[in-house]
Amino acid sequence: MIVDKIKKRDNKSIIKKDNKVDIPEGKWIKCEHCKEIIYKEVLKANNGICPTCGHYFRMNCKSRIEIIADEGSFKKFNINIDTVNPLKMQDYKEKLEKFREKTNMDEAVQCGTCKINGIETVLCVMDSNFFMGSMGSVVGEKITYSIEKAINLKLPIIIFSCSGGARMQEGIISLMQMAKVTEALTKLDKAGNLYISVLTDPTYGGVTASFANLGDIILAEPKAMIGFAGQRVIEQTIGEKLPDGFQTAEFMLEHGFIDKIVERNLMKETLYDLLRLNGYKKV
Amino acid sequence: MPTKKENNKNASIKDRKCNNKNGITAWERVEIARNSNRKTALDYIKIIFDEFIELHGDRLFKDDKATVCGLARIGNQNFTVIAQQKGRNTKENIERNFGMPNPESYRKAIRLMKQAEKFNRPIVTFVDTKGAYPGIGAEERGQGEAIARSMFEMAKLTVPIIVVVIGEGSSGGALAITIGNKIIMLENAIYSILSPEGYASIVWKDSSRAKEAAEVMKLTAKDLYDFKIVDKIIKEDKEFEDVALKIKSEIKKELKELQKLSSKELVEQRYDKFRNIGEYETYSKKV
Repeated sequence: MIVDKIKKRDNKSIIKKDNKVDIPEGKWIKCEHCKEIIYKEVLKANNGICPTCGHYFRMNCKSRIEIIADEGSFKKFNINIDTVNPLKMQDYKEKLEKFREKTNMDEAVQCGTCKINGIETVLCVMDSNFFMGSMGSVVGEKITYSIEKAINLKLPIIIFSCSGGARMQEGIISLMQMAKVTEALTKLDKAGNLYISVLTDPTYGGVTASFANLGDIILAEPKAMIGFAGQRVIEQTIGEKLPDGFQTAEFMLEHGFIDKIVERNLMKETLYDLLRLNGYKKV
Repeated sequence: MPTKKENNKNASIKDRKCNNKNGITAWERVEIARNSNRKTALDYIKIIFDEFIELHGDRLFKDDKATVCGLARIGNQNFTVIAQQKGRNTKENIERNFGMPNPESYRKAIRLMKQAEKFNRPIVTFVDTKGAYPGIGAEERGQGEAIARSMFEMAKLTVPIIVVVIGEGSSGGALAITIGNKIIMLENAIYSILSPEGYASIVWKDSSRAKEAAEVMKLTAKDLYDFKIVDKIIKEDKEFEDVALKIKSEIKKELKELQKLSSKELVEQRYDKFRNIGEYETYSKKV
């Protein structure tokens, strides 16, 4: 048992990336793009952008809310629902617990209201650190609830997508969340509220094929990977290598599927401008 | 050449050895649903409708033959039909991309479903696909957007929509045309988040465990009925033609009920149907 504990600690103290260099966890992190070793505090102060090469690190929910919402303005909705195991999958619950421990979140999305330079909005932020940001019943319900809340409160809604797609462990129920959220968006559309969808790395599968692509305005972070089918699946199907830049935000812009690529440091100001130009005012 | 009698048979459990004494396993259903001899949408359309005229093209890029759309009639009731169509032989399968739609399929479907609304015609969709096609062109032309838009437009339609799942209903590619007021499913059809192979590959990193995946995924008609996603299961205990006629009478019956609802109520009924899908537990607020 003690040996187990030591083993566990050993695993935690080492970050293994592509089996290349092992760096002790703690104050330093390696940029997977330029391989530069960066002091974590510096990275954080730079909004998760590598100071050397400009590579975007994936952002967790908390940091995202910090850079988008006015300080202290984010108020989480009281949606007290918990994930169950509809397929009775072995180790689903254990996996959930592991992600909860790791991320300090209860599920892959956080939803609430906040202010952006004084303009009030509903904000949903997905987190890829939690089960690859996958959408099961709870994520589907929370986003649906947020859309309904936006209608009731007459507020715009901004959703930061970041997901591998529908969550396999909940099977068909996860797939149906795509339909559920989409249904809710038709009501929002009818009510005339603005919906801004922001695609961040990675946005795939069932999220791409539902709410992420249904924004009145769709933004994306530079170089974010965005697509429906995963690259491995496409390569296996067509039997050839994919071209460079395939399924990036730039690719999506070129093909006409997003409105604008926005740098992370300018995201808050851009959202504010868009809200303003859509007639939303400071409260 | 198959004899006439064989022709009238759908791929069913009678053609297979049943391994499980207590019934058919989920994997066996998968194999039946995928069987190359299983009847396709056009086979059903021929029997169910008195008339059918196919209409082509999405008016944007091309005509994708993985989905067949058109006008149809039962008695003096007209319909718009949207059907995912697999090939009945290799040549047809190549033409129809093995029933795997590209974005143009969904855009054609959207165009004709909106037209159905304009002329106040009910819509019947037939679901039979192993998924939307994962290809370079499909991604370039917005496969995700096409699926999302199809669901979005269906959700808003003010005419009755009846969905019939006849074979494989896999992933977003199937869901895109499943946003109906009523969902009917054949006993041996399957409906799932992904193919069992894909599922096993993602969850267990081993696609050879597909059989095992099929058993846990809850993809049979009975499973979907229990989850309150499917409203009616049609047994496949008879010849193919009889099964098709059962679908026909079910469509007529469901339509009669749905026509009692106003346009607004139809949209609301569909909203409630999908709004309520989800498995979670509520807890009281932790202090």
